Amino acid sequence: MAPSRSPTRILDDDHPMTAETISAPPRPAQRPLFRRRSAIPGFGLTLGVTLTILSLIVLIPLSAVAIKSSSLSPAQFLAAAFSERAIAAYRLTFGAAFVAAVINAVFGVLTTWALVRYEFPGKAVVNALVDLPFALPTAVAGIALATLYAPNGWVGQYLTPLGIKAAYNPVGVTIALIFIGLPFVVRTLEPVMRDLSADVEEAAASLGAGRFATIGRIILPALGPAWLTGFALAFARGVGEYGSVIFIAGNMPYKSEIAPLLIIIQLEQFEYANAAAIAVVMLAVSFLMLLVINAIQAWSRRFV
Amino acid sequence: MTAPTRAHARRPTDDPLWAKALVIGLVLAFLGLVLILPLAAVFAEALRKGLGPAVAAISTPDAWAAIKLTLITAAIAVPFNALFGLCAAWAIAKHDFPGKPLLITLIDLPFSVSPVVAGLIYVLVFGLQGWFGERLIDHDIKIIFAIPGIVLATIFVTFPFIARELIPLMQEQGVSEEEAAVSMGASGLYTFWRVTAPNVRWGLLYGVLLCNARAMGEFGAVSVVSGHIRGLTNTMPLHVEILYNEYDFVSAFAVAALLCLLAIVTLVLKSVLEIAQPDVKRGGGH
Repeated sequence: MAPSRSPTRILDDDHPMTAETISAPPRPAQRPLFRRRSAIPGFGLTLGVTLTILSLIVLIPLSAVAIKSSSLSPAQFLAAAFSERAIAAYRLTFGAAFVAAVINAVFGVLTTWALVRYEFPGKAVVNALVDLPFALPTAVAGIALATLYAPNGWVGQYLTPLGIKAAYNPVGVTIALIFIGLPFVVRTLEPVMRDLSADVEEAAASLGAGRFATIGRIILPALGPAWLTGFALAFARGVGEYGSVIFIAGNMPYKSEIAPLLIIIQLEQFEYANAAAIAVVMLAVSFLMLLVINAIQAWSRRFV
Repeated sequence: MTAPTRAHARRPTDDPLWAKALVIGLVLAFLGLVLILPLAAVFAEALRKGLGPAVAAISTPDAWAAIKLTLITAAIAVPFNALFGLCAAWAIAKHDFPGKPLLITLIDLPFSVSPVVAGLIYVLVFGLQGWFGERLIDHDIKIIFAIPGIVLATIFVTFPFIARELIPLMQEQGVSEEEAAVSMGASGLYTFWRVTAPNVRWGLLYGVLLCNARAMGEFGAVSVVSGHIRGLTNTMPLHVEILYNEYDFVSAFAVAALLCLLAIVTLVLKSVLEIAQPDVKRGGGH
């Protein structure tokens, strides 16, 4: 196993034999390189397998996007990745994902509050149902939402007389992304809200703070990082979402066409490099979001 | 929350009744509109013309082929990711090495990649114009627009599910039990089976459950690599799309209802697991 050997060497270079106290005596056959904290065998093998599979399934195929798009000249790349149609698609994708994440942040915190703090009949069902978007195939959500919010649908028929069109336009895209993003906010907030110490709230109350002051100045700030993380996760998921959106979006170029759909359209026309160029933009945003989320979490850990 | 308190006065951490009612009302209305209504709509539309046409729709040969392909895909992707998850968690949670946070981030990467991009990358590698395109044609191997591509794309989008569940769980459990076993002469594999596996089995099951739901339901990535060949490379979600686009709504929603049942079973099992084994809910679940 070649891959298992190289990490060992890296490890050795960075940490030259600072053999720390081990709670269990090392096995006699152990190679000296492993005489760091762990006496547990299988490190080389499992790390090797992990790195190999990670590279084959994720890293190398992902690099294909960058390599394919680099076959375009800079001018061609810009023309493909930032054509007027592509920019309209990014605006819709990021805009709808942002609005949906904001709405989810508001209702997500209320939902989490109700689940953590209150007792009400059917709470267990509500709690399980919050994860529905994780478990329900996105295409199913898509056709269900399209049917509900279409002008003659269950909900749509009441919106039409009010002059609201909630399907086959950007509003429809946003509705689909609200569905997709909700559990990210709730499940990120939930453990943090559960761990909030009642002492602080009691202290605030005993010092004369009203309930609203306590919530606004004690509880919400403590939830801040988790809230932001949940928001960012919902936003990131919404940006890439495809299945639930295309059925309700209407998919009109320049109007209700999301960026992932544009990739598929380019693929169907065998414009692989153009598809890769748009994918590069989307991946760049994904990685940026990942960095932001990691930064928020690192920042919040400082306060724990 | 604690059982009814003896004190009659409202505790300072309790909200007034009207606030509770308002919050719960808002939450139920929102969840009803966003979650329950779509679920109800699927079953209502599927049964619009009665049970007969719905059952007929899921017993056509094309529907059966789609169900079979979905099951096959999940049957390969889930065990693969389980094995990977166990390997990754063993290396990461039971050993120390530099670059660990980076490795965890890389394993998480597929979560932040759009499913469509996930499909695209395999087209770029294995497709006709791709890196291995010509060589694959020479050897008459089909990956894109065939089952291997569907399996690969599914593995990609469900890649982090199980690893993400196991890594924090195994980190929390520490290494002392394994070290004790090893110091008494147990082999690595024996230690894994007799010490680690019993400790992580519920977390593993939890990850498998979520991974399976996503594997069976994946649409975007699979749609890019499948080619939508009826009876051959259509998974259930793709079959739903085709029927829906042909305005065969009853059939589309009938197959969708089957997928809804899968989702409901997943949620029920997940809730049961969370109640019986509260430890499993560590991974952050998505």
